[in-house]
Amino acid sequence: MTDLFSKFDALIAQREGLLATGVKDPFSLVMEEVKSPTVAVVNGKETILLGTYNYMGMTFDDDVIAAGKKALDEFGAGTTGSRVLNGTFQGHKECEDALKEFYGMDHAMVFSTGYQANLGIISTIAGKGDYIILDIDSHASIYDGCKMGDAEIVAFRHNDVEALEKRLKRLPADAGKLVVLEGVYSMLGDIAPLREMVAVAKKHGAMVLVDEAYHDFVADPSYSSLVDMVKKGENVIISRTASKIHGLAGLRTAFVIARPDIIARLQPLSTSAPGVFGALGAAASIQDTAFQAMVKQRNIEGREIMKTAIAKMGRKMTESQTNFVFFHAGMPVEQVQKAMLAKGFMIGRAFPPYTDWVRISIGTPDEMRAVAAALPEVISGAPKSLGSSER
Amino acid sequence: MTDRSEMFDRLKGLIAPFNKKGVDVSETTTFAGDLEWDSLTVMDFVAEVEDSFDIIISMNLQAEIENVGQLVDAVTKLTAA
Repeated sequence: MTDLFSKFDALIAQREGLLATGVKDPFSLVMEEVKSPTVAVVNGKETILLGTYNYMGMTFDDDVIAAGKKALDEFGAGTTGSRVLNGTFQGHKECEDALKEFYGMDHAMVFSTGYQANLGIISTIAGKGDYIILDIDSHASIYDGCKMGDAEIVAFRHNDVEALEKRLKRLPADAGKLVVLEGVYSMLGDIAPLREMVAVAKKHGAMVLVDEAYHDFVADPSYSSLVDMVKKGENVIISRTASKIHGLAGLRTAFVIARPDIIARLQPLSTSAPGVFGALGAAASIQDTAFQAMVKQRNIEGREIMKTAIAKMGRKMTESQTNFVFFHAGMPVEQVQKAMLAKGFMIGRAFPPYTDWVRISIGTPDEMRAVAAALPEVISGAPKSLGSSER
Repeated sequence: MTDRSEMFDRLKGLIAPFNKKGVDVSETTTFAGDLEWDSLTVMDFVAEVEDSFDIIISMNLQAEIENVGQLVDAVTKLTAA
C-alpha cells in the first residue's frame, strides 16, 4: 500500500537538513506577545517583524477592536447560515454601506478574504468551454480558482500586453473569456499596464477581474485603480482586501466592486462571507480615511529607506510599489533569516523560484533604518550576480 | 522525411536555446526530469512554441505533456485543427 505522505519524502528530508544547520522552524518561533503591528516578543526576545502581514495597519486600532467586540457581544460567535441561506446580518450590510460610501458606488459585496473572493469568482463564472487568460506571475488564489473550475487556462508573459493580445486573438471568438490581472503583483511588487490590458480585453469581448489588494500603496502617478471604469459600466470586477493597508488579516474580510448587474448576479452565487465581527471591524477601518493616508505616507517613507539601503549594497531589487521590498540577497533566505533573527529581526519565507531573494515588509521609518543598518553585515559577502532566477 | 520527423526537428530547434545542459533530445526526453526546466523556463518555451505555430497550448494541456514526443503529438493536433 502506498503511503500518501511518501511523495513528500524529499521535501521532509530537505526541511530536516535545514533544521540541522540551526535554522528555526516557523512552528518553534512563538509570538508570546504582539506589541504593535510590526513588533512582537518572539521566544522571549523583542523582535521587529519583517515578514508580517499586519504591515502598519489598523491591527490594534481602538475603533476597529471596539466594533469587533460589540459585534461579538450582539450577534455572538456563530452564524445562522451562509448568506445565500439565512445568514445576512446587519453588520454585513453596514460594511457594504461603508464600502459604497468609500468608493462612491451603488453596489459592493463583502467576502471572507481576498483569497476567497478570487477563488469564488474565478471558479464560478468561468466554466466548461470558457477561457481564463492570466498573467504567469499571478497569485496562488488565482491559480487555485482556475484549478477549481472547468475552464481552459491560458497564461501570458508577465505584464506583456502584446502577449495577452496574441493569445486573445487565437481563442474562439464566441467563447466566454475572463482576463485575470493584478493591479500590483503580489510577489514582485510591480504594477501592471492595467488600462492597456483592459482595452485589449474589451476589444476581444473578455471580462476582466483585477485584484487590487496592494493598490493603496502605489506612489507611481502613472498607475490608478480601475474603480472609475467600473463606474463607467465597463466589464470589470475589482477584488480588494482588508488584509493589506488596513492590516486586518485576522478579521478575514475582503470586498468586491463591480457594475450593479454583475454584483446582483454574483451575490446569489456566493457562499463566502466574513463573520459579522470581521465585517464591522473592517467597516470601522474603511471609514478612517485619515489613518489610511497616514499609513500610505509612512509606507512610502519606509520603502524609500529600504530601497536606498539595498541600492547602496549593490543589490538587484524589483520595482516595488507595495508595502514590501524584494531584493537579491545572493544567499538562501533561510541563512538570512537565521542571521537576522539573532539580531532581533524576523524575516518571512522564501518565494520559489526566487530562493535567494528576500522580501521585507515595510514597518515604521525607524524600524527600516534599523534593518538597513543590520543587513549589510549579513549579506555583504554573498555573490551579487544572479543565477537562474534572472529574467 | 515524414511529417512527424519534420515536426520533431522544428520543436527540437525551439528547445535548443533552452537546453542549457546540452541534453541529447529525443522523443522520450522529459522536460522536468531530463531538461530540468523550472516553471519560468517552461513558460518561455511554451510562448515560443505558441508564437511559432500560432496556437494556444492551455495549461490544462501542458499538464498532460511530459516529454518531447507528447509535445510533437499535441502540436500536430493543434495545427491540424
